[in-house]
Amino acid sequence: MDAQVLHPHSSLRSYGLEAKYEFLRLWRTPSFALPSLLFPILFYVLFGVVLAGGRGGAEVARYLLATYGVFGIMGSALFGFGVTIAIERDNGQLEYKRALPMPPGAVLLAKMAMAMLFAAITSVLLAVVGGVFAGVSLAPWQWVALFAVNVLGVLPFCAVGLLIGSLVSGSAAPAFVNLVYLPMAFLSGLWMPLTMLPAFIAKSAPAWPSYHLAQVALKVVERDAGGPLWLHFGVLAVVTVGCFMLARRRLAAAR
Amino acid sequence: MARVFNPPLAELVGARKRYGRQVALDGIDIAVRGGELLALLGPNGAGKTTAIGLLLGLLDADDGSARLFGESPHSLAARRGVGLMLQSAGIPDTLKVRELLELTRSYYPDPRSLADCVALAGLDGLIERRYGKLSGGQQRRVQFALALCGRPRLLFLDEPTTGLDIEARQGLWKAIRELVADGCGVLLTTHYLEEAESLADRVVVLNRGEVVASGTVAEVRAHVSQRRIRCQSSLSVARVAQWPGVRSASADGERLEIVADAAEPVVRRLLAEDAGLSDLEVQRAGLADAFIELTREAA
Repeated sequence: MDAQVLHPHSSLRSYGLEAKYEFLRLWRTPSFALPSLLFPILFYVLFGVVLAGGRGGAEVARYLLATYGVFGIMGSALFGFGVTIAIERDNGQLEYKRALPMPPGAVLLAKMAMAMLFAAITSVLLAVVGGVFAGVSLAPWQWVALFAVNVLGVLPFCAVGLLIGSLVSGSAAPAFVNLVYLPMAFLSGLWMPLTMLPAFIAKSAPAWPSYHLAQVALKVVERDAGGPLWLHFGVLAVVTVGCFMLARRRLAAAR
Repeated sequence: MARVFNPPLAELVGARKRYGRQVALDGIDIAVRGGELLALLGPNGAGKTTAIGLLLGLLDADDGSARLFGESPHSLAARRGVGLMLQSAGIPDTLKVRELLELTRSYYPDPRSLADCVALAGLDGLIERRYGKLSGGQQRRVQFALALCGRPRLLFLDEPTTGLDIEARQGLWKAIRELVADGCGVLLTTHYLEEAESLADRVVVLNRGEVVASGTVAEVRAHVSQRRIRCQSSLSVARVAQWPGVRSASADGERLEIVADAAEPVVRRLLAEDAGLSDLEVQRAGLADAFIELTREAA
């Protein structure tokens, strides 16, 4: 185990350990792990399976499988990034890590990997509930594509979370993240289809990044509103890069 | 000169740093060499944290330069030679001591073994405990282990013994002395003057962003040349206070306390004028007196 390292020092192990311990830290923080993993599942069971069971059950369940996936992964990305970055900025952990010879970007990459892992778990749990209990039937490529959308879809929300974390204090961050997360989820039709909401909400929905990710997921299950894929990807890319750049500037200026 | 060439491991040269209009460091020079412990002293706001921030690459100097092993502190290779214990460091509560050590060791090319870290920092029996469940003193020891786990050539210790009891503090002092004897350079900031007095080879006193004194402990102490003389005597305070070389005199009943520039002439005269004098005591200023004097003069 502790053999002398004679070859040039490799940073790969640090990246791996950083990600592993980022995950363990969150896993051991029930106030993060439980809501992040359970809320989307519970909501989906309630709205997609129990309440929709009566009429057109499988239809609703199919739509909501896509949107609750997006809802779930948004949560772990926003909380995992926004709240943890804000707390670590407050308590000096980020500064300590910057002073240590940690390989560049290890903290951010670890948080990203963690968000993807949580997204993967959420995605699989939802697929099991949807496939087994709600009677959703999809082609194999659709299950795989939905999984991929969920796992890669964390990136724009990691960037949004990073920006929030760079702006607000650790104690304000959870409230602030909820203030962004919940309204955005509702207004972009993640909880219930936009067709069931007032017209002005449906009209303004494309203003939210979560709308565009949801449209990509809905396209996979053939229930999207018909917008072109390039537009959705374009908006998500702009949000990701824009928030990331702003957050970087803000984090650099904070010191 | 037949001296072994011992280049500074870390140095600030003419380093200046401003925050808005406030000058945090006003062109200071500091150098830490291998096998020596440099204590950086100064009241809050003197610029100690800024100086460390520059040397660790957390801040950039407005003027002058900061070098680590002759390189920029931003260089990862340079920082791999550094271990640090920062007072402000947040360490994740939910990770176990073993996990923290494993992660930090992975940053370094040739880290100490886990067993060595445990032995050096006195972590027996703590290795499987979560950091957040440890006492304050135990957490300090873990931070010390994290600082030395990479086998650093240079250690930054920022208030390392705050919150430790006397026994734990002396244990840590012993470990620090061993590291210095092994050739490690240490930059120590501390509020405990006896800590600097006991450990430091050299001292730099900062005040308001300037170096007000630097040198060995003895040299800094010598900045305050005064002696404190105490005795039981029937001499009148008012008279003694008039003697040449006496800065001040006070009395508590029969007990005289005199502050003088030099002890010998005053003691000679005391003994000559009061045959019944007893309990004579002469003290030289400690680092604490020097420190108070230096930072007050500069203010």
